[in-house]
Amino acid sequence: MRKFSSFISQKGFLFKLGLFICAFWIIVVIFAPLIATHSTTAQELSIRYQQPSFSHFFGTDELGRDVFSRVMYGSRISLSAGIITVIIAFSFGIFFGGIAGYKGGKVDEVMMRFSELIMAFPPLILAMVIAAALGPSIINSVIAMAIIWWPNYARLMRSLVISLKESEYVTASRVMGASHIRVLFLEILPNSFGPLLVMATLDLGNAILMFSGLSFLGLGTQPPTPEWGSMVSDGAKVIQNWWVSTFPGLAIFSISIGANFVGDGLRDFLDPKLQKE
Amino acid sequence: MLQNNTNSIATVSNDTGTENILEVSHLKKTFHIKSPDGKKGLLRAVDDVSFTIKKGETFSLVGESGCGKSTLGRTLLGLYTPDQGSEILFNGEDITNFSKSKRKNFAKKAQLIFQDPSACLNPRRTIKQILLEPFKIHKIQNGEAKIKELMDMVGLASRFLDRFPHEMSGGQKQRVGIARALALNPELIVCDEPVSALDVSIQAQVINLLEDLQKQLNLTYLFISHDLSVVHHISDRVAVMYLGKIVELTTRDELYEKTQHPYTKSLLSSVPDISDEHREKIILTGDVPSPSNPPAGCRFHTRCPVAMDICKTKEPDFIQTGSKHFASCHLHIK
Repeated sequence: MRKFSSFISQKGFLFKLGLFICAFWIIVVIFAPLIATHSTTAQELSIRYQQPSFSHFFGTDELGRDVFSRVMYGSRISLSAGIITVIIAFSFGIFFGGIAGYKGGKVDEVMMRFSELIMAFPPLILAMVIAAALGPSIINSVIAMAIIWWPNYARLMRSLVISLKESEYVTASRVMGASHIRVLFLEILPNSFGPLLVMATLDLGNAILMFSGLSFLGLGTQPPTPEWGSMVSDGAKVIQNWWVSTFPGLAIFSISIGANFVGDGLRDFLDPKLQKE
Repeated sequence: MLQNNTNSIATVSNDTGTENILEVSHLKKTFHIKSPDGKKGLLRAVDDVSFTIKKGETFSLVGESGCGKSTLGRTLLGLYTPDQGSEILFNGEDITNFSKSKRKNFAKKAQLIFQDPSACLNPRRTIKQILLEPFKIHKIQNGEAKIKELMDMVGLASRFLDRFPHEMSGGQKQRVGIARALALNPELIVCDEPVSALDVSIQAQVINLLEDLQKQLNLTYLFISHDLSVVHHISDRVAVMYLGKIVELTTRDELYEKTQHPYTKSLLSSVPDISDEHREKIILTGDVPSPSNPPAGCRFHTRCPVAMDICKTKEPDFIQTGSKHFASCHLHIK
């Protein structure tokens, strides 16, 4: 890898902010037990709906649980569910779309019609059906989300491959006797990473939100496990006690925007043309 | 007519004593196309072309854009599958029905130099990675030492190895393209307009480099170009293409001095020349007809300044008209 540190210093404020946010959440995920001030599940009805204070930084929810500690612990489940969903969808999508775009013709037709079949369903409903059929659990929800998500990556990858496979450096590689697999993975894939990466970082926030939707419906995490999405929906019922949903909502917001800033910067890092000497 | 055709091909091949590296007969390449209104059609990019290339010579292919010269060059390298009935013999072996492993091996013998040096190098890879690629594909040891040699051969300092393509000039990139084409020690190189994207001073350098390399390594070039002055400088023999067909084929000097086909005449008259200001210019009217719907009879009759009645109905055969001269024009059929 080229000097990543010098690259960071060249990049603008947004990329640094994104890195800072991501680093912050990684630390939180690792050290959640040390950061949390209270138990995430201990209920104390006498102090329900307390405003944020020094004893409860983010206030308390309807069962008197500490919102701050629950947001910190919630990062573990929300982030890993979001990241794993995106990784599975990303990997399968680029593989599927890469083959469809590269092969073209009938193979492409059949493969893309299949991906459109999945996209034709309302995403959350299809995810619900799959997750319900597999049985409610975190892993099954992640699988269900990956199943409905990969066609996005497949379509993007396919369009990138179709435009890149006509390029002269691909022809050069073919003339030198390179196999199709080699051309696809060594010549085309590295040149299509930029848009894919930006899409993946944008999707991270969406995946966390959908996972919370599934949890809300009782298919992802089960109460009382702390998870950002279900915390937001809990708080939505009592909007006058704004802190209950605002803080987990801010957490989702910050990680989506942070990941997106980083993705945007990484795209520039991966493109040698955009780097200054 | 068919009889006649076969005869002329036989004579093309048995031209002189030198060994032929490439013998092409009845090469056709048809593309299936779909027009915007959904109608399917056929596009004959290369239509029944026959010629031979001798070892060590520079054989040029000239013609307007869209006449099929690049398609022809790329078909010879196996990038397109030619139509049924086409025959391409490379050193006596038919390459049209090569197996996968034979095709891979063929890459060591025939290579391609591209028109656009910026597009033919992967922007994400350094020059070193680009040049090592042929050695990796063919699992050849000692690539690192060989790429230093290659860089030397094409006149690039080895400090360029760590650069990315966008950090180099067009001429330097074209040298990298040439080095890559030479990496596997090919016998034949198809140069697909190798200098038309470069500015004039760089063109001269690259042309001289190509000539030096030809002498050093005993290479055979198929030189595709639309620049007639470059072609005049570098070629031994020249074929002129119009709408997918070769209309005239002869040695360089004959082509420029004893031009036979009216299309070649108009092409040559369009070359600017400062020594001869009052030369007659033949300016063609109209556009090149669509290759998906070529005109009946001689394909050139719609634009030919000397077209006769027979040209509209009967397609002229490609026949021998001089000792080393072949043309397809009714004016020269006796």
